[in-house]
Amino acid sequence: MSGMRLTLQIWRQKGPDAPGQLVSYGVEDISPEMSFLEMLDVLNEKLIGMGEDPVAFDHDCREGICGMCSLVIDGRPHGKDSGATTCDMRMRRYKDGDTITIEPFRARGFPTIKDLVVDRSAFDRIMQAGGFVSVNTGSAPEANSLPVPYEKAEAAMDSAACVGCGACVAACPNASAMLFVAAKVSQLALLPQGEAERTRRALAMMAQHDKEGFGNCTNEGECEKACPKGIKLDNIARLNREFLRATLLQP
Amino acid sequence: MATPLDAKIPSGPIEKKWDKHRFDLKLVNPANRRKYDVIVVGTGLAGGSAAAALGEMGYNVLSFCVQDSPRRAHSIAAQGGINAAKNYPNDSDSIWRLFYDTVKGGDYRAREANVYRLAQVSNAIIDHCVAQGVPFGRDYGGLLANRSFGGAQVSRTFYCRGQTGQQLLLGAYSALMRQAGKGRVKILARREMQELVVVGGRARGIVCRNLVTGKLESYAAHAVCLATGGYGNTFFLSTNANSCNASAIWRAYKKGAAFANPCFTQIHPTCIPVSGEHQSKLTLMSESLRNDGRVWVPKKKDARSPDAIPEEERDYYLERRYPSFGNLVPRDVASRAAKAVCDEGRGVGPSGLSVFLDFRDAIARDGEDTIRAKYGNLFDMYHHITDEDPYKLPMRIYPAVHYTMGGLWVDYNLMTTVQGLFCLGEANFSDHGANRLGASALMQGLADGYFVIPATLSGYLAAEKLDKVQADAPEFKQAEAEADARTKRLLSVNGKRTPVDIHRELGRILWDHCGMGRNEERLKKALALIPELREEFHKNVKVSGQGEEFNQALERAGRVADYLECAELIVRDALERKESCGGHFREESKTPDGEAMRNDAEFSHVAAWEYQGEGKTPTRNTEPLTFEHCKPSQRSYK
Ligand SMILES: Cc1cc2nc3c(=O)[nH]c(=O)nc-3n(C[C@H](O)[C@H](O)[C@H](O)COP(=O)(O)OP(=O)(O)OC[C@H]3O[C@@H](n4cnc5c(N)ncnc54)[C@H](O)[C@@H]3O)c2cc1C
Ligand code: FES
Repeated sequence: MSGMRLTLQIWRQKGPDAPGQLVSYGVEDISPEMSFLEMLDVLNEKLIGMGEDPVAFDHDCREGICGMCSLVIDGRPHGKDSGATTCDMRMRRYKDGDTITIEPFRARGFPTIKDLVVDRSAFDRIMQAGGFVSVNTGSAPEANSLPVPYEKAEAAMDSAACVGCGACVAACPNASAMLFVAAKVSQLALLPQGEAERTRRALAMMAQHDKEGFGNCTNEGECEKACPKGIKLDNIARLNREFLRATLLQP
Repeated sequence: MATPLDAKIPSGPIEKKWDKHRFDLKLVNPANRRKYDVIVVGTGLAGGSAAAALGEMGYNVLSFCVQDSPRRAHSIAAQGGINAAKNYPNDSDSIWRLFYDTVKGGDYRAREANVYRLAQVSNAIIDHCVAQGVPFGRDYGGLLANRSFGGAQVSRTFYCRGQTGQQLLLGAYSALMRQAGKGRVKILARREMQELVVVGGRARGIVCRNLVTGKLESYAAHAVCLATGGYGNTFFLSTNANSCNASAIWRAYKKGAAFANPCFTQIHPTCIPVSGEHQSKLTLMSESLRNDGRVWVPKKKDARSPDAIPEEERDYYLERRYPSFGNLVPRDVASRAAKAVCDEGRGVGPSGLSVFLDFRDAIARDGEDTIRAKYGNLFDMYHHITDEDPYKLPMRIYPAVHYTMGGLWVDYNLMTTVQGLFCLGEANFSDHGANRLGASALMQGLADGYFVIPATLSGYLAAEKLDKVQADAPEFKQAEAEADARTKRLLSVNGKRTPVDIHRELGRILWDHCGMGRNEERLKKALALIPELREEFHKNVKVSGQGEEFNQALERAGRVADYLECAELIVRDALERKESCGGHFREESKTPDGEAMRNDAEFSHVAAWEYQGEGKTPTRNTEPLTFEHCKPSQRSYK
């Protein structure tokens, strides 16, 4: 059985300061059950065999949970399937003869490292600014001493499902990371455990967000469409309320 | 000469050992802690929690991981849940029962004192995670919910939908970020450990490759903790993430850390079957599915669609062979039974290497909505990957390599046979014996990191007089030179086969000769095939690019070189352990009706392998296991 033949237009860039360009490659024998990343593996095996530099791309779990994979496919972060990461996508979504364009997540806050790999450490620094509850190991009260209403716990889990991939940033015309910040702020604002640091958290995380060069939210809604985990725009509305509240409460 | 293995188990009654030990351990004065540097390699549940907790205490912590952020460690992928002995459901659970179940589930090949401690600290883990804001599932009354998992007879598993590992890891990660923000922990992501540096007989640092620049970097410290996860990817195909590797513990092994029970690998029964040559990983379908799905194959080979096969021509082989546990037999038993029916030629699907997991009866009994509410995300995931709708047709599943119970040998303090080198989480061998129970790996990782290592590592630092070592000491230069030489060697071969190609062949050798069923003949054959393949690798591998640049082909090649050595130790250990226990099934050691048979008289011990140098056979040392509280019995699920 011979599978699909495809043409790939892939962004190649040797290093952070090197110029980049789209380069065309052909792959053949692609079967429908392959994952998108396995299709790239096929290309890379071929390139290594020919002594050429394989295409660098980030990936790890290959089952949609680690948030490492980060490709813009035909102009859409994580490709055409909604609610899915790049690694979730199977090749049965394509047909013989298709041309696919593959680019990195681009944003000022995500400098390119090589080819399709970008530096997302800005997210870690935003978390360092306040994405936590200050509780030292050993000091926690009995887990059931503080009941959390079922609906609140479920809503917190909806926000906590963010995998931190950065597709929201790549999709946003302003390269804003508000959806990422909003998901964490919401999770902790919904839970009583997050209450004590509510004010401090919203201010500190937003300050770091701006410092990292991410843009402002102008309600384009592209982030929600690109999010592989269904994080809703409501989170940004809550973040705005939290931020406003914090600004008013600020001494 | 054999090195004595002293497990340093504290004296006294089992339920008092840990408290007594913590009292006996020396302390480091809070004001002095900032004078100590600690390296923690790995940011999964074990490493992330350890680095955060040590940072909170006031140590200077250096935290390493291969991913671009600590939050992406493989622990993120755990689905089902985490155990604790809270007994919230009032079903007579207790620390004692969790201890007993874990020792029994491990088929009496774990150390009692360690397992007891694990059960003891399990409740504090839940308290801590809740306080961090981990959104565990709750009941309408607002209190925490529990489920029964992996055939346990009590409901002791806490969960966050199907993403428990993710939420627990994000909890540990946020604690880690808090310490990073305070400057107590330095995050060194995209770094791969290449060498352990031993100075004066003690672990004093590591050499790692900066995966962005490709340059080697040396880091010195007063102690080193490895929390680098399992080595299941030695088998090529597994449920592990791509970057999971054996390299960190393998390097430590070659520097003197004993490797315990390498052959204890867990093969999980419910994974999506292999679909072709291109396959890069296998996807787990949560074990919870066996609560409602029925496992079957046709009585005779049958090409019809499963819904056209009448009831009387189906063999529900788990229900038939194990009437009292049925579809809920432990992982190792379910996996071997699936292999057996496929070996008889009754397997289903294009390759004949899968069995059905059928929800037809559960849907008829409870309705599709109920099943959707319980397993919707798993059904969707299955549908997405296979293009088959499990509401209409049974799922097809097959066993896959999932977890490694073996790992670096550690004493009660989690210290390896190298002084000052500690090992945590899946990377050590400590608590699961020959078979791990569902929802116990997350518990162990967090127990090691949040609660055990802060006490025992402090005890070590306080008891020893350690001078400051600089990262430009000759031992570091020497280790850098060794790592550099290995890289150069890989780049210079310029042969014809890619690292992935050779890794795939290694995986096939291991799966066929040292997989679910093992016997002397096949293991001996593997012991001949693996060195041949290793030679082929070093003569004929092709790695493109340079050393000092971002080079994923080189990363893979380095890991494959280590798998090719580690695989041999796995097989050697399997050959020497001439008994069946847990995940290790020796076909020569079975009961008349084909079930696994332990040999307690000869093998009630830990096998800890000691490296003897390149090309030399390693030494097999043993640590005897004694059972004062859990009396060994033959497991029976009939
Ligand atoms: C699909 C799946 C589902 C699971 N579900 C469950 C479950 O429901 N319940 C349960 O209890 N267990 C479950 N497990 C098992 C459990 O997830 C793991 O055993 C556990 O998370 C391992 O944690 P760890 O901290 O030891 O290692 P990991 O999480 O694997 O972390 C390893 C860390 O080490 C780093 N590292 C590795 N090598 C190097 C190196 N050479 N240099 C530098 N850094 C390195 C990595 O970057 C990473 O940060 C599951 C496992 C899988 C595969
Ligand atoms: S590789 Fe982990 S989410 Fe895609």
